[in-house]
Amino acid sequence: MVCFVVVLLYFSLAAFIYLGELFNWQVGPIRWAEEVGQKYEPPSSKNIFGTDIFGLSVFRKTLYGTKISITVALCASFISIAIGVPLGAIAGYFRGFVDEIIVWIYSTLSSIPYILLILAFAIVLRDKTLFGHKLRGITAVYLAIGLTSWVGICRLIRGEIIKHKEREYVLAAVSYGCGRRRIIFKHLLPNVFHLVIIDFSLRFVAFIHAEVILSFLGLGEMDRPSWGAMINDARMELSRGVWWQMAAATIAIFIISLVLNIFGDALRDSLDPKLRVE
Amino acid sequence: MTTYIIRRLSYTIPIVFGVLLLTFILFNIVGGDISAELAGKAAAKETIEEIRKERGFDKPLFLAWDSQFVNHFKNALTFDFGRALDRESVIDKIKRGVGPSLALMAPMFFGVLLISVSLSLVIAFVRGTIWDVLAVVVCVTGMSLPYLSFILFGQYFLAYKWRLFPIFFWPDLSTAEYVALPVLIGIVAGLGTNVRFYRTVMLDEMRSDYVRTAFAKGLSTRQVLFKHVLKNAMIPIITRVILSIPFLFLGSLLLERFFGIPGLGYLMIEAIGSRDYFVINAMTYISAILFVIFNVITDICYALVDPRVSLE
Repeated sequence: MVCFVVVLLYFSLAAFIYLGELFNWQVGPIRWAEEVGQKYEPPSSKNIFGTDIFGLSVFRKTLYGTKISITVALCASFISIAIGVPLGAIAGYFRGFVDEIIVWIYSTLSSIPYILLILAFAIVLRDKTLFGHKLRGITAVYLAIGLTSWVGICRLIRGEIIKHKEREYVLAAVSYGCGRRRIIFKHLLPNVFHLVIIDFSLRFVAFIHAEVILSFLGLGEMDRPSWGAMINDARMELSRGVWWQMAAATIAIFIISLVLNIFGDALRDSLDPKLRVE
Repeated sequence: MTTYIIRRLSYTIPIVFGVLLLTFILFNIVGGDISAELAGKAAAKETIEEIRKERGFDKPLFLAWDSQFVNHFKNALTFDFGRALDRESVIDKIKRGVGPSLALMAPMFFGVLLISVSLSLVIAFVRGTIWDVLAVVVCVTGMSLPYLSFILFGQYFLAYKWRLFPIFFWPDLSTAEYVALPVLIGIVAGLGTNVRFYRTVMLDEMRSDYVRTAFAKGLSTRQVLFKHVLKNAMIPIITRVILSIPFLFLGSLLLERFFGIPGLGYLMIEAIGSRDYFVINAMTYISAILFVIFNVITDICYALVDPRVSLE
């Protein structure tokens, strides 16, 4: 329960920053570009996490980084659910040739190490134009993560649909004369959808970590603060004893990952009793 | 057995084809003609033209014997990836990187495997006690910490502050010296996820009927764990081990970057920095091939450890 509240807190923080940017509110995290002191001020009661090389508040940057991470993870989740769930359902329901093609696509994708695949996508998609939009910064990042990570959910849904296909409720739907589309989307998918939710509460963590690594490698958001970029800055600063930027980013990532991990486990235990571990 | 292996290998042909198709789409169609970019900002038309010719971007994409599509496949199958941006042959670069990478990854891999399997056995011994709960808490905490923080703080405290290890790669250092700290960090960072996974596997096995039978006939916990549970847990362990190889790649990527070890991960980072598509293309292909081969090995291992798996 506490975990759920903390997850909500992170999300509402991200939403708050969006709204703030939209309506131009003058509050802390949105004014991250403001100098609040000398460079490299250690943490004090005024600036909880001190200041960075330009005298910007590390605390505000951390809060702002939440927006970037949550956006990337959410968009990536939507993309991979939008690709993976229908493909998995179709493959599992129709089997045969369609199934073979879809299985071939995802086994191909999964035979390339995940991080390499994301990197390849991110680097190729960067600065490309798609439907008239230039793919910049985080757009390329979440496209890359989304387009590469639907494999797991597709495999899961396919296996589950194959199992459910023979159940009585599906036979009943067939005997009513339901169309195939209706059976898949109205009958089968709602019965396996809890798996999608469980999978994504756990996968969300992986997305956040992937975003951090990509921005750390300089493939993410360039001109606004993100956790990965903060860690990249901190790499050089640590040797000068400036630990607070690193600590702030670590704590932010740690808390969201921890609560998502616990929350995902709790969700799995309550939604899928078969998987329960003592 | 031989026919099984051959048949299993033949399944990999479409996968290799798919990987080549994917890299072609990524780098030749989506990535496209990057010769203008390679030539630099103020390059003359002739220079761009020259680069275009050298890299083969002037050829048709499909529908010709000398098209980019056919050449992409030909090059990959003969492991000829041309030259990287700094004119060195890509395959030479990769060959040079294999040694240091293996020196880093092999001890890390076996270290994580050995420690996490034995730890999970210990946890299976003390299941249900406060130690079990404590272990799970530690594991989840370890899982939630970002990998980068493990590396940075490890390097800062162990190497910089306390001077227990060399901070950075240096050609004069022996392999064991410069690899020690990265391996240590890699093992510690990998333990959380692995111990938790193996614990689940072990506890799942503990609830099976054969375990109850074994206890019923009066075997001690140790005998049950080592003689029965460990053997039956082999299948998920093997799967996990093989599947974690691609993640090792990520580990070595970041570790090599921080410790300046000139391995494959370092090569990748360099290629990302300079946007060297040719190196990334070659690395993607080679690692996919390796993954496919390891997959076949996994299946053969299944057949070896579990007589129930049929070779049909």
